[in-house]
Amino acid sequence: MFTGVMVNTWIAATAVAIIAGVTGFFAVLRGSTFAAHAIPNGAFAGAAGASLLGLNPFAGLAVFSVAGALGIAGLSRRSRPDVATALTFVMMLGIGALFVSWSSQYAQEAYSLLFGEVFGVSTDEVLPILVLGALSIAAIVVMFRPLMLSSALPEVAAARGVPPRRMDLAFLLVMALATSMTVPVVGALLMFSLMIGPAAAARSLTARPVLAMTLSVVIALVTVWTGIVASYQSNWPLGFFVGILGAAFFLAGRAYAAIRRDRTERSSDRPANPGLVPG
Amino acid sequence: MHYIFEPGFFASGPVHVALAVGTVVAITSAVVGVFTVTRGQSFAGHSLADIATTGGSGAFLVGINQFWGYLAFGAGAAAFMEMIGIQRRRGRDVATGVVLGAALGLAALFLYLGTQYSTTTGASFTILFGSIFVLTPSTVPALIASALLALATVAALARVLLLTSLSPDIAAARGVPVRAVGAAFLMALAVSVALSAMIIGAVLSTALLIGPAATALRLAKSPVQAAITAAVLGVLAIWIGIVLAYDSFYWPPAGRGWPVSFFVVTLIVGGYLITYLRRDRQSAPQENVDAEQACSPA
Repeated sequence: MFTGVMVNTWIAATAVAIIAGVTGFFAVLRGSTFAAHAIPNGAFAGAAGASLLGLNPFAGLAVFSVAGALGIAGLSRRSRPDVATALTFVMMLGIGALFVSWSSQYAQEAYSLLFGEVFGVSTDEVLPILVLGALSIAAIVVMFRPLMLSSALPEVAAARGVPPRRMDLAFLLVMALATSMTVPVVGALLMFSLMIGPAAAARSLTARPVLAMTLSVVIALVTVWTGIVASYQSNWPLGFFVGILGAAFFLAGRAYAAIRRDRTERSSDRPANPGLVPG
Repeated sequence: MHYIFEPGFFASGPVHVALAVGTVVAITSAVVGVFTVTRGQSFAGHSLADIATTGGSGAFLVGINQFWGYLAFGAGAAAFMEMIGIQRRRGRDVATGVVLGAALGLAALFLYLGTQYSTTTGASFTILFGSIFVLTPSTVPALIASALLALATVAALARVLLLTSLSPDIAAARGVPVRAVGAAFLMALAVSVALSAMIIGAVLSTALLIGPAATALRLAKSPVQAAITAAVLGVLAIWIGIVLAYDSFYWPPAGRGWPVSFFVVTLIVGGYLITYLRRDRQSAPQENVDAEQACSPA
């Protein structure tokens, strides 16, 4: 399990879990879960287009995920963010359907893009994942404070001169960057599950931002490592284990938060401070 | 005339079924969509379509009628989202995302097991994008019945739905059971989306649900007007899309027709962009309501 090709799998999966834990934390905090679903899934259209033209699928993924981020941010200026995301997303998928209908042998490739091929990671694929992962983590570290402020308290951030729309666009671009390299390896569906489940669980466990982000990364790592072991043993797809484990962690986190809230409410008269805990 | 309608368009059986079913789905989606957009539940609308298709592949796997798989997963997911907190604006998208993530995991498993046993590599693709031209006429009555059910639910709840969407506090103060109304709407949404996802695929289902409704809400002055405008726009988009897809049969580069979903999505998004850019110059009062709600932390 720890030899040969599997070493690449462990490295790639660990890098992806760290990226997903960090970006997912902000996606959940900002309420951009729909965008976190739309950008990786819609970007597959780019890979379809690139394979049609005989280009590197990475290029297509990068172009389409950035275009998706720009589309969502642009349309959100004067429409509701969820409507903007939905329309950008269906447009990308519509173009994807067109590309796929033009090429004849794409079905198998589309399947692997949606569900990933984490057990077939080559050394050539590991390097770009690590570089882009480091880049997107660095981008989040650099803009950590304003991003945090504009996610948790948008009005205060705006009053302090943090432009909300520019922050929104910056975050979506980081998500697009993280997406475009991870999708061919782990698949669009797994990337989404790995971003939302652990981050949502972490947020219901603690209200302190740095701790919650760390927890989110830890839970994502545990999820993906357990998933790889289970998938290796059973031969069932990794996406299944990651999806189910993410939801299980979320439910466990919610149960813990509910018990704790119950206890604090009983011990004191004043209501518990909800802080960053969804409520 | 022949330049618009390829010869044989009006005599083709699949085209008749596609037009009839497309009309029913477009009208239902548009009307339900007006409330979905007003309530800010586009993500739930899309997720339910994806989840219902998971049910479809599960039913395919165990060998029962796909119809029940779509319906069961759609309704089950709606109940689950409701349970873990979709009624709160803040936690809603997260709850939807978690349910969607789990369902997509199941989809991966079902497709893996399905393709392992029957080697239908194209299955995942058909499930995502659907195909309106390969409908069997026998599913049409069931479709129309459930579309009517969803429409009737929404029509009966229309007034309270609008009130609970625009100001939940006033609705609660007036004695409206906000949570029950929300749950009933989510069920209606699940039924209508599950059926449209089964027939036209998850992508088109979302496009027809959100696009016409969002465009209509920019144009119309009252909810009824918005519902009618959305229905007209949705029906137009799917009709023109079907005609173009039929025409495209000999178009380059592959010579086997462009997908209906591409045409319909392009028409719908194009229509939205026209109203979007037009409203850019003049700020309309209608939009202040929209913007106000968009600004509330999701």
